[in-house]
Amino acid sequence: MDFDLSDDHRLLRSTVRDFAEQEIAPVAEELDRTKAFPYELVRRLGELNLMGIPFPEEVGGAGADTLAYAIAVEELARIDSSVAITLCAHTSLGTQPIYLFGSPEQRAEWLPKLTAGELLGAFGLTEPEAGSDAGNVQTRATLDGGEWVVDGAKQFITNAGTEISGCVVITAQTGTDERGRKEISNILVPNGTPGYEQGTPYRKMGWNASDTRPLTFTDCRVPEENLVGPRGDGFKQFLRVLDIGRIGVAAMGVGLAQGALDEALKYAKERKAFGQQISKFQAIQAKLADVATEIAAARLLTYHAAFLKDQRRDFSLVAAQAKLKTGRLAVRATEEAVQIHGGYGYIEEYPVCRFYRDAKILTIGEGTDEVQQMVIARALGA
Amino acid sequence: MKICVLVKEVPDAAVEKRIDPSTGRMDRSGEKNLNPYDTHAIEAAMQLKEGGALQVDEIVAVTMGPESAVRALHKAVSLGADRSIHLTDAALAGSDVAATGYALAKALEKEQPDVVLLGQQSDDGECYTIGAVVAEHLKAPSLTQVIKLDVVDGGLRCERQAEYGYDTVQVSLPAVISVGDAINEPRYPSLKAIMGAKKKPLETASAADAGIDASLVGGDGSRVQCGEFKAPPAKAAGTIIEDEDTDATVEQIVAWLDERKLI
Repeated sequence: MDFDLSDDHRLLRSTVRDFAEQEIAPVAEELDRTKAFPYELVRRLGELNLMGIPFPEEVGGAGADTLAYAIAVEELARIDSSVAITLCAHTSLGTQPIYLFGSPEQRAEWLPKLTAGELLGAFGLTEPEAGSDAGNVQTRATLDGGEWVVDGAKQFITNAGTEISGCVVITAQTGTDERGRKEISNILVPNGTPGYEQGTPYRKMGWNASDTRPLTFTDCRVPEENLVGPRGDGFKQFLRVLDIGRIGVAAMGVGLAQGALDEALKYAKERKAFGQQISKFQAIQAKLADVATEIAAARLLTYHAAFLKDQRRDFSLVAAQAKLKTGRLAVRATEEAVQIHGGYGYIEEYPVCRFYRDAKILTIGEGTDEVQQMVIARALGA
Repeated sequence: MKICVLVKEVPDAAVEKRIDPSTGRMDRSGEKNLNPYDTHAIEAAMQLKEGGALQVDEIVAVTMGPESAVRALHKAVSLGADRSIHLTDAALAGSDVAATGYALAKALEKEQPDVVLLGQQSDDGECYTIGAVVAEHLKAPSLTQVIKLDVVDGGLRCERQAEYGYDTVQVSLPAVISVGDAINEPRYPSLKAIMGAKKKPLETASAADAGIDASLVGGDGSRVQCGEFKAPPAKAAGTIIEDEDTDATVEQIVAWLDERKLI
């Protein structure tokens, strides 16, 4: 076993860390407060080839591996979860289905711009009545004169409503199979298609600088060729996309927890009470030590999931475990960080206040903890 | 023309600096990085190349250091250098500034660069002097603390930061120029550049390869004797004056200075 990162991975980590600390940290509070989408940062991330990390160079990506992707996401989330989720949703969810299942024409049309970060990709799976039970798709698409006519609504969709959003891949019922079960297919809908509307952004608890909206499709017509992969493969496809997405979201949990620990440690060494630094008190030390230990374990689990995917081995179980572990850890680590900051942790003057609000979604998004437990228990044979 | 950039591997800025009590030298264990000042020198070289006023054919990163220093070169080429040279030899370990400058100059002699750029200081030793030593051996003009670099009349017009303002100096080439961090904003290496860095040529040279006289380098060849270095004493807590009434604050400051006969 080799636990050392390669020189390339180390240099990537220090580069993304420098970028996050020098370019993102100074604007993170303002972006969060004003709920402003970070266009300039996304443009620069694109220039650094970070908007298409795990895709091959032939399609415009950086040609790096899943571990590199996880490291970059981790370092971004250490400073700003909104920027991290924008990159993460764009890569794992938006670009991924077109890369994995798209036709040569779809790939040629969309991947170069998506991987360069000139356009953002989105994935429309969740619906008002279909979250964890994502197979219960109500959105319908019917063929009419060589076009899919899409009607329905999607909920909590990231990256679909920005000025640079290029397209959304949505799941839709395209009929029923011979046994009367729903046939689910993925369909690509470009922004600007008549009948495709992006609703008002949600008022969220956190991730304030990321773009999250409801989408509606009303008599929305796209060419028949916009079907992504074979008709009826939608269910299988989105499970695959979510499996991969879990590695990215797990990396967000590790990064956010690390950011919370770093801030808490820094504060504990500065803040004095009863005549000494509060970092010298056993009660504070216990919190710091526990969180640091949990992060070390969670990081290994996340990197292991990335490693398995890079080895082209089955990674679904480990990715689900990493997602479950890291989401909970992020919630706990940010809470402890706020606690160590005392009253200052409850005001926006310190980043841990934002971290605490950003953490909770990590036990919900891209499969709730309960769904991860279901996936894990099934893999155990329970 | 050819630009050589001298780079150094130093302890990462996040690592607290301390003296190793067993050797009396700086503790250089722990996480390391490319000296941040050197990234400004590489960026200056890249801007000369991209600016087009001079035809820059090649940028070569050069370092002297142990095996791990290859990582500093790796970063230097990811930032734009075309190839790199790693001067490494057990005989070089423990060299002081004069010996290091001599060794680097010997490595540079083979390259015959038109311009040698380097950061004005290293983030660990902070001697500020290596450029001048190298220039002396190369018999080339040395300019230090340069914060602006323009191509004028086939030479370089440099603005040096001085205590009293700026010196503007026209220098003919070849020249050795150390740059300050105000000269530019170094770029970040792209992921493709990071992954392509190892594909760029890396030459490893021993002291003998570079034609270095072994008696002039290493601990024995160095004239600096490390004594009992100690960490500076912790600063005493200062006096904080709450500025509630500015007139009163000024009076307090003046009284404080007066008490110490500073005014």
